[in-house]
Amino acid sequence: MATLEINNLHARVAEEGGERILRGVDLTVNSGEIHALMGPNGSGKSTTAKVIAGHPAYEVTEGEILLHLDDEDVADVDVDLDDEDYHWELLELEPNERAALGIFLGFQYPAEIEGVTMTNFLRQALNAKADEREELFEDEDEDEESAEADADDEGYDTSPMEGPADDGEIGVAEFQEILSEKMELLDMDEKFMQRYLNAGFSGGEKKQNEVLQAAMLEPAVAVLDEIDSGLDIDRLQDVSKGINALRDEQGTGILQITHYQRILDYVEPDHVHVMLDGEVAKSGGAELAEQLEDEGYDWVREEAFADA
Amino acid sequence: MSSQDHLKDTNTEERFEFKKEEKSAFKSEKGLTEETVRVISEDKDEPEWMLERRLRALKQFQEMPMPTDWPGQPDLSEVDIDEIVPYIRPDIEARGGADSWEDLPEEIQDTFDKLGIPEAEKNALSGVGAQYESEIVYQNMQERWEEKGVIFCDMDKAVQEHEEIVKEHFMTKCVPPSDNKFAALHGAIWSGGSFVYVPENTTVDMPVQAYFRMNSEGMGQFEHTLIIAEEGSEVHYIEGCSAPKYSAFNLHSGGVEVFVGEDAHVQYSTVQNWSKNTYNLNTKRAIAEKGGRMEWISGSMGSKATMLYPSTILKGRGASDNHITIAMAGEGQDIDTGAKVYHNAPDTKSTVESKSIAKDGGRTNYRGLVHIADGAENSSTAVECDALMFDNESTSDTMPYMEINESKVDVAHEATVGKIGDEDIFYLQSRGLDDDDAKQMIVSGFIEPITEELPIEYAVELNRLVELEMEGSLG
Ligand SMILES: Nc1ncnc2c1ncn2[C@@H]1O[C@H](COP(=O)(O)OP(=O)(O)OP(=O)(O)O)[C@@H](O)[C@H]1O
Ligand SMILES: [Mg+2]
Repeated sequence: MATLEINNLHARVAEEGGERILRGVDLTVNSGEIHALMGPNGSGKSTTAKVIAGHPAYEVTEGEILLHLDDEDVADVDVDLDDEDYHWELLELEPNERAALGIFLGFQYPAEIEGVTMTNFLRQALNAKADEREELFEDEDEDEESAEADADDEGYDTSPMEGPADDGEIGVAEFQEILSEKMELLDMDEKFMQRYLNAGFSGGEKKQNEVLQAAMLEPAVAVLDEIDSGLDIDRLQDVSKGINALRDEQGTGILQITHYQRILDYVEPDHVHVMLDGEVAKSGGAELAEQLEDEGYDWVREEAFADA
Repeated sequence: MSSQDHLKDTNTEERFEFKKEEKSAFKSEKGLTEETVRVISEDKDEPEWMLERRLRALKQFQEMPMPTDWPGQPDLSEVDIDEIVPYIRPDIEARGGADSWEDLPEEIQDTFDKLGIPEAEKNALSGVGAQYESEIVYQNMQERWEEKGVIFCDMDKAVQEHEEIVKEHFMTKCVPPSDNKFAALHGAIWSGGSFVYVPENTTVDMPVQAYFRMNSEGMGQFEHTLIIAEEGSEVHYIEGCSAPKYSAFNLHSGGVEVFVGEDAHVQYSTVQNWSKNTYNLNTKRAIAEKGGRMEWISGSMGSKATMLYPSTILKGRGASDNHITIAMAGEGQDIDTGAKVYHNAPDTKSTVESKSIAKDGGRTNYRGLVHIADGAENSSTAVECDALMFDNESTSDTMPYMEINESKVDVAHEATVGKIGDEDIFYLQSRGLDDDDAKQMIVSGFIEPITEELPIEYAVELNRLVELEMEGSLG
């Protein structure tokens, strides 16, 4: 079981006199759990998500983000976790290393990458993740037990013309099979695979694509930032199905950022958190989201103010 | 094993960066005088007319000023011809190039081995020429082409053995020495290069390739390429260039002349990876007759400064031209390149697609000219240039000039300049790609619309060079 643990996280915009945005965020997401993170515009939800993933625009001034893993989470790599509390300090890692360990960020505004087909991108991402995992855990192994032979030389194994080399972790056929299955689940048309990554995708298609990528990358914890915004009713259901499958089939822990109760009817949260001014001001169960839907955030603010 | 596989297997970096001890049979003095020109011509045992042409070109070179007045042109102040060794004949026995790699001195053999040329020859080429310093050292073509009357030989040899046809075409109607100062310089001290002749209605179905290698410090390479494609014929010529890096500057000033006969089709591809101390100042031009089709594909990755604007004169009705250029400039590089097209007849067509990438303070410039003459009715041209910059230190300009003297024409032009997006990079990183791979993916996506159209051997090589250039400076 994996756990993402955020303790007293403070972050500001990484420039001279940059604004302080996060002021002590505490959050813990275990695999298999669904958390909803709500809160008014500008309260720091997306910033929290991006800091978890390692966005360079923010500087963390205090606090820590830990990812606890157990043997089950590292079954694919040759490593033995005899340590009870085996964890990574995410703040010390590059974004791609965090991704390799199992952090996934579904963007509020996904980037459009021209000229790179979905197929090429996904295969390269999968292979990169697998390679990086090997490397991360190999270093770890060396630290602990010392002296295991170095990984095979780094060199050209991919050409942008051809996509990833065939000696990657995932063969073409296997890749296609997994992909078709996930696309079917999300009710996505196969023709998307030959299109350029998000280029010209409609708002809803982009969101669907974020969930597809999560499904392919099988993260330990997925942070989904307003995945429900801009989705029509049918697509909302498809996407919800995708998210539930992530949790049910892969045991992914979900941190779902949203403004609306609507998606929570389909993806039922175990925990609901309210963010105010860069802090988690209140946490509760599914009923908290319903109350927010009816009453707005003022009462939470008042309550928090009274506590302070 | 296919040709691509072998290209993948060789280590590109090693292939270009190694140096060889300089061993030569004959080396001219530094600098340029009438005496130098006479010595070169004599060493080559040339006919009198060629010597006269060289001397006339020398005079033109001496009279013309250095080009300094182009807006935003690369700085050429370091280019002092008197510091250049214009002619080095490597120590080989057979003039005109050996036809077996084994006959070459070991260090030359080794050079081309590392560049992967003999391997490529076996797999995917109709013929290969290889120039080391000032001379072609290897030249070979499959017999079946020879039987059909195709000629692919060393330019020096062509002067001797195909004298009439060379005399008629060599720097007369296509690129006269008076064209520009470096064309004049080229006319005076040219050496080596290829001569390609394709008879009527003959299609050479695999490319012929010439590889130019400068090995000595402070030398100049001035090879001349003359391609004559007769009516209804077809040929693809690939040119590759590289040199190891030295502290002194090198000068490359090649001349290329292409005659595209009626309904003939010539494709001319270049991958230029000169070392970053080389000034690459070339003149390349094609003349296309009625219904002829010329295609220029240029990848410019190397050199300190490049000024290269392959041009096509669409002389006959219905002739067409297609330019694809990819330029990449890193630290200290100024790649000024583009295309020129002259529509001199009705129903002519041209397309220009240019993609440039500037990073680490490098500069790229697209400089182009489309001229449509009065009377060239129903002609059309489409120019598209896109520039991608990695950082705020790098610069990218576009200077697409148009001279349209005919009203019944179709002209389209598009230009974009953009910076590589931090959010794009982060998006890819968050999916597991490291910083370098993320940038590389964005760049390969950027040039994708072009690489899609390239011949596969060329595209693979080009992409590897792009990767290599990106690796060099990132992280
Ligand atoms: N890179 C940045 N530079 C300057 N200000 C920033 C930056 N990133 C975030 N902010 C500011 O920090 C605050 C929190 O932004 P954030 O995007 O985290 O809010 P959010 O809770 O996701 O809001 P929404 O519900 O509108 O998406 C906002 O006031 C925003 O303007
Ligand atoms: Mg947000």
